[in-house]
Amino acid sequence: MEENWLLRVRNLTKIFGAVTPGVCERTGPKVNSNICPRTGAVVACSNISFDLYPGEVLGVVGESGSGKSTLVQMLYFDQPATSGEAFFRPVEDGAANILDLSNQRKRYVRNHLMGMVYQNPRDGLNFRFSSGGNIAEKLLMAGVFNVGKIRIRATDLLSHTEVPVKRMDESPARFSGGMQQRVQIAKAIANNPPLLLLDEVTSGLDVSVQAKVLDLIRGLQQEMGISMIVVSHDLGVIRMLTDRTMVLKHGQIVEQGLTDQILQDPQHGYTQLLVSSLL
Amino acid sequence: MGYVAVKGGQDAIENANKLVDYFRWKGRTEPIGVDQARTQMRLAVDRAMGEGSLYAPEHAALALLQVEGDSFEAAFHLRAYRATLERRYFSETLNTREMFVHRRISSTFREIPGGQILGPTRDYSFRLLNPALLEASLGSIEKFIQELHEQIDPAKLHGVTTYKKVIDIFLNEGLMSRQLKPDEDRRVFDVTREAIKFPVPRSAVLQMLARAETGALMCMAYSTMRGFGESHGTVGELRVGEVPVRIVDRRGRKRYVGRIKVTETEMVGGGRRRSAEPGRGSARGEEPVLSIGYGLCFGQNETKGICMGMVESALRSPNPDNPANNQEFVLYHTEVIEAYGFTNHLKLPHYVTFQAGLESTRRVARLKAAAREESVAVGAGAAEENDD
Amino acid sequence: MIENLKFRESFNYAYIDEFTKKEIRRKTLKAVCIPGYQVPYASPEMPISRGWGTGGLHLTLSLVGPNDVVKVIDQGSDASVNACNLRLFIKEMARCAVTFDTGLATIIQSRHRVPEEILTEKQILVLQVPQPEILRSVERHEAKTRAMHAEADYAKIWVTLYEAYVRNGTLRNAAGHPILVNGRYVATPSPIPSWDVPNLSMARCLYLFGAGREKRIHCIPPFTPVKPLEFEDIRFKVEEFIGVRCSASGEDKAFMDEIYANDLSRSWVINDSNFLDKVRQGPRPPQRLFTNPE
Repeated sequence: MEENWLLRVRNLTKIFGAVTPGVCERTGPKVNSNICPRTGAVVACSNISFDLYPGEVLGVVGESGSGKSTLVQMLYFDQPATSGEAFFRPVEDGAANILDLSNQRKRYVRNHLMGMVYQNPRDGLNFRFSSGGNIAEKLLMAGVFNVGKIRIRATDLLSHTEVPVKRMDESPARFSGGMQQRVQIAKAIANNPPLLLLDEVTSGLDVSVQAKVLDLIRGLQQEMGISMIVVSHDLGVIRMLTDRTMVLKHGQIVEQGLTDQILQDPQHGYTQLLVSSLL
Repeated sequence: MGYVAVKGGQDAIENANKLVDYFRWKGRTEPIGVDQARTQMRLAVDRAMGEGSLYAPEHAALALLQVEGDSFEAAFHLRAYRATLERRYFSETLNTREMFVHRRISSTFREIPGGQILGPTRDYSFRLLNPALLEASLGSIEKFIQELHEQIDPAKLHGVTTYKKVIDIFLNEGLMSRQLKPDEDRRVFDVTREAIKFPVPRSAVLQMLARAETGALMCMAYSTMRGFGESHGTVGELRVGEVPVRIVDRRGRKRYVGRIKVTETEMVGGGRRRSAEPGRGSARGEEPVLSIGYGLCFGQNETKGICMGMVESALRSPNPDNPANNQEFVLYHTEVIEAYGFTNHLKLPHYVTFQAGLESTRRVARLKAAAREESVAVGAGAAEENDD
Repeated sequence: MIENLKFRESFNYAYIDEFTKKEIRRKTLKAVCIPGYQVPYASPEMPISRGWGTGGLHLTLSLVGPNDVVKVIDQGSDASVNACNLRLFIKEMARCAVTFDTGLATIIQSRHRVPEEILTEKQILVLQVPQPEILRSVERHEAKTRAMHAEADYAKIWVTLYEAYVRNGTLRNAAGHPILVNGRYVATPSPIPSWDVPNLSMARCLYLFGAGREKRIHCIPPFTPVKPLEFEDIRFKVEEFIGVRCSASGEDKAFMDEIYANDLSRSWVINDSNFLDKVRQGPRPPQRLFTNPE
């Protein structure tokens, strides 16, 4: 069971600025700062390590500047890591550090094996294409060159995510925020990836809309058994979606464990603060 | 009527050329000499040399006469001529501190070391049309020059003075560093010998800006002053004058090959650099400094110099919302010959390419008409669903 | 003051100086070795405007010799004004022979059409290219399109074909259908009609593409497989001139021009002017015809 992991991350670190020896020790929750007092470098993520298992939903919670978004951006290759390793089961059975792959292989991993949903739909969608076209892009990247199959799959995905199929040929620019997010989700799962990354996907939405999108994500997860990493500053989202949670502060993990346990019995002072302010 | 072959393109071209000449000469006015154009249309010549990327006043004057004053065509002719010339040397870096200054001003301080020298400028003249100019004759010109000479007091003449730079003040104070980024690409690049790939090194940027179309550059610079850019700079120093040009010959000796007249501007703006001392400045270890936007062009073309400096500054800013901050946008679209050629190429026949689009539009119309005839009335005009 | 004192002529043979010709030839060789890849070159200015064929001229003038026979066409026609201009320039600068006859030419410089008559291994077709970057419509930055080609990241251009099909029922409604060259690079064939695209694949002649303003050369060497981008179920189709015959020759198997007379009546004529002449005089030159899939 221990070795059945889908994603294994070890000592993932991201530093903006000068990388000097001991910089990780000089920053972090103990000194209450991300910023190295000596060089001014910003340590966004400091030696993050965790395992993710198939079918599991892992939450990453923390306030702004805790490094949670940077973490998933590194896993999706949007940002280069400063140091650390990540092993992904579908890539060479977990033997290769995916952060070190060539650009072409990284592109393959992104297109075929991962999905990402961003907080801002503009980051995940191309507004010059129709919503069907956006999904088509993901399918084309995954090697599906058949218009009929693309249309069928896009229709399927859009109805699954409750986007009206007759708006498939419209640009998402004219959709509401909630619908844009749903198109993003449809696109992200189009190639049936084993791993889905979600970065603050409901943070820009009205509360009622949030609930619907979260419901959708939970439904999809149960139906497809897809592994997810859910990043949020909102413990309510974490409570609703995740099995296990990591709490980040100033780039480091301060607490991790089963979501239920953390919410009922938080150990670290910072987690206690978060839980107590849960509405 | 049957199809008639349209031949005779050759004749059409010859007649078109004749007609151009006809429109030039039909007024039967006295032909303008190259010397007249070179001396009395001095600023047009300077601009053509800059955009034509060739310092050759006589050739530029000829080009302007030949194309009846069209600045794009004049630059075009000079560039085409330049492309046939063999590159024999690269000059040594010009030292503008050696300049024989005609004009030198600064907006940063009221008084500067060496003084503000207004020189030849229309900046403070009234833009009133002056018919008296038409009365000029060789006699009146001679008289005017005579009077000017009499104004000069020989006792006050001294050797050529060179002037230090205003920016020396900032350099001495430590407010300005010689370069902002230690890892800046410092290759000397020649865009006429090597195709550019982005991002381009600074020498390529400066070379392209120096050759850019003055109006296009002005448009970019102006946009940064009107909200499409960070705050604009101040004229640290603007100089117009003659600088010596030197080359290193094949035996390694430095040789003087002549003087050229240039306009140089140093636009002073803000910037940031890494603190040398820890703990100083903001948390990110940076401190504010002054930076230069540099401009240099042939002849007296102050607009180009100023705008070039402003655009060079703007290109250092990464903010993607401003067109003038984008290297590709600025460098591609201010290139006079390419912009002129491509916009005008729309006059070439495009009927085959047009046909493809036309056929497609017609096809869609046909399909829609067919669909309308066949379709059964379905619940029309379903309202747009926005469920949240 | 203009004469080059070293030589008696005002300009070097074929106008361009020898060093520049050398650079163009080297870049052309590189393009031949990497079919479909856009090779940057210095692209000197010419006395002819950018956008009017300088890239084509660079290639032609760097290759031409006094024994060559040069043909120049613009949108299929030898007699159009711009073709006449370019042909005259080449003839004066290279002191070579010129012709309207496709079969006799050794170098053909063309704007936006491939001749109907099959070209042989003794011939080079130089095509003028306004925008060599096929990805420019989906990505405006050169730095990014360069990376996209390096990583064979072509999904976005495929999406434009999908969108065009969904909207119009055709894969593309403009000239210059994207092509996959030798199974690796997606390139533009220049704005030729779809009718001409099948001629590029497994041809006997050499195809050179010159973009002077954008400063890129690319190439399709002889016997290279070239496939227009198409889906498994939605296939590439050439223009169909349904129920249309050339009013001058009666032919219906060639790319046609629409002609309007003064009374607004419409007729059709074969676009390739030399092909039309030969069809009318006989014998009909050999042609590669493509049948649209069902």
